[in-house]
Amino acid sequence: MDINRERLIGMLKTMYKIRLFEERAKKLYKAGMMAGNFLGALHSYIGQEAIAVGACSCLKKDDYVVSTHRGHGHAIAKGGDIKRILAELQGKETGYSRGRGGSMHLFDLKIGLLGGNGIVGAGLPIAIGAAFSSQYKKTSQVTVCFFGDGAATQGTFHESLNIASLWKLPVVFICENNLYAVTTPASETIATPNVGERASAYGIPGKVIDGNDVLLVSATVEEAVKRTRTGKGPTLIECRTYRWDPHCFVITETRPKEEIEEWKAKDPIPRFERKLVEEKIINQEEIERMKSEVIKEMDAAEKFAQESPLPSVETFKEEVCAK
Amino acid sequence: MREIRYVDALNKAIREEMIRDGNIFLIGEDIGPLGGTFGVYKDLFREFGEKRVRQTPISESAIIGTAVGAAMTGLRPIAEIMYIDFITTAMDQVINQAAKLSFMSGGNVQMPLVIRTQQGPGTREAAQHSQNLEAWFVHTPGLKVVMPSSPYDAKGLLKSSIRDNSPVIFIEHRLLYFKKGSVPEGEWLVPLGEAEVKKEGNDITVVATSLMVHQALEAAEILSKEISVEVIDPRTLVPLDIEKVIASVKKTGRILILHEAPVRGGIGAEFVRQVTEKAFDYLDSPPRVLGGLNTPIPFSPPLENACVPQVEDIVGMVKEIVKEK
Repeated sequence: MDINRERLIGMLKTMYKIRLFEERAKKLYKAGMMAGNFLGALHSYIGQEAIAVGACSCLKKDDYVVSTHRGHGHAIAKGGDIKRILAELQGKETGYSRGRGGSMHLFDLKIGLLGGNGIVGAGLPIAIGAAFSSQYKKTSQVTVCFFGDGAATQGTFHESLNIASLWKLPVVFICENNLYAVTTPASETIATPNVGERASAYGIPGKVIDGNDVLLVSATVEEAVKRTRTGKGPTLIECRTYRWDPHCFVITETRPKEEIEEWKAKDPIPRFERKLVEEKIINQEEIERMKSEVIKEMDAAEKFAQESPLPSVETFKEEVCAK
Repeated sequence: MREIRYVDALNKAIREEMIRDGNIFLIGEDIGPLGGTFGVYKDLFREFGEKRVRQTPISESAIIGTAVGAAMTGLRPIAEIMYIDFITTAMDQVINQAAKLSFMSGGNVQMPLVIRTQQGPGTREAAQHSQNLEAWFVHTPGLKVVMPSSPYDAKGLLKSSIRDNSPVIFIEHRLLYFKKGSVPEGEWLVPLGEAEVKKEGNDITVVATSLMVHQALEAAEILSKEISVEVIDPRTLVPLDIEKVIASVKKTGRILILHEAPVRGGIGAEFVRQVTEKAFDYLDSPPRVLGGLNTPIPFSPPLENACVPQVEDIVGMVKEIVKEK
């Protein structure tokens, strides 16, 4: 492995952060629902951690990330503050979007996080704009645009890849193909066997990779980032993966049990962990310590979110009326 | 004062602003060497180059989306949609993205974005090149909506729109591009949210925007011997300077709102609501709206003319209202 030890351990820790964050968010969401406090739709990233972590491990703080409705993982991997993410999920004033956006709309310009999106496929043209900005200002920033297999069937996919290629924009398109658009299998929505090979239609490099292999994701994105940072234009990377939970927690599971179990066996976290232990980069004791640190962080975030105030209706009305 | 055309006033506003602020860029279809299909960007490509005058494929979602992403990351885009009718293919980016992302981010990102477009019937281009769609945008919180009727307002309002930190839908009128008007030299702005009394009068208030301001003034001139018409141009529909309209109604006791867009669900209804709520006791007759027929715009000239208010229709309606007790 030619990545340094610190980065590898950081990647593992971030994968745990995402996993444990999603578990905590799910627990709080379900408890809220039981108590009659329904807080929108919650889209879990569990199962896809290797993609956000592998990709964001190649980015600098000021690089941009355009996220999706399933965006907690992207926000955490880009360096988002777990306290403020959880507070946003609870509709609190201390949340990233001050309770105006919720789970699908996490923004933090300071770390280049340009928001999730409630509209599937809407992020692609926005990513073009962010990449255009960097090119225009001659900075070396790159934009990573995450989207799903569902977004790959929107017209914006075509418009955006065409322009990105024409203008050689510094953008990397990462299609997280988790095989289902809500409940409809990708085989029924995508006419060809994969999304990655569409790159040839735009004259850009395209890859189809195992999205549960964090090292492969990071190596592939690294190459694409290097390429685009030096003005050679975009790359399309399709990462094959699977989400463990239904589309969101108000949608009934329709996928076959065996299929879900099959993919759970390909869990990206133990797979990476085993590799790191084999290569003596980390030992079991250090892993346990890491996990308990992450759990402590989650406890602190939960406490922060719960103790944070809800937004003030009066202030909100004043703000709205001022416009 | 020198007289220049509406299209040239827009051109000057953009050029001056682009010189003032290097973060402003133009994006749209056929805006390069051609200078836009109506010449609003004449010579700007030559002066500013393709970095700042960015000609795109026919991809309206990507045009607005690029502008949205660029605005969020520190640039000040001016996106052109050649005909307002074409904005339909980019509506997600306008309504769900441009209008909302600053809000949904809790103010974390800003959206200093101008979408310039033009609308209106009158050139025999049929129903997909002739609509008046301002009401859609007025109805969407998060957008400002500007509709200049003169070269002076076109220049002053466009400069204000460019300097605003919210997304602005800037709607021009195709039939106004080559109309001339007085435009002073030097630096000045027309603020958003300030209506203008285009002609003073005592018997009836006529509210009109864009091309209809000219029709209203013509009708007022025809009626001048018998009825004293006050013509008010709100100039911007969001924000709306309703106070000036209310003050006028308190003086005249009567109001007619004109627009080319269909009356059903049109912006006229919003004026009627506010006037009814705020100046009901001052009204001597019911507030009225004269707008387009509730139909797609047809191609054939007599049919097209029949779909939007003509000067003689305005004259007739004003007479009718003034007779009402």
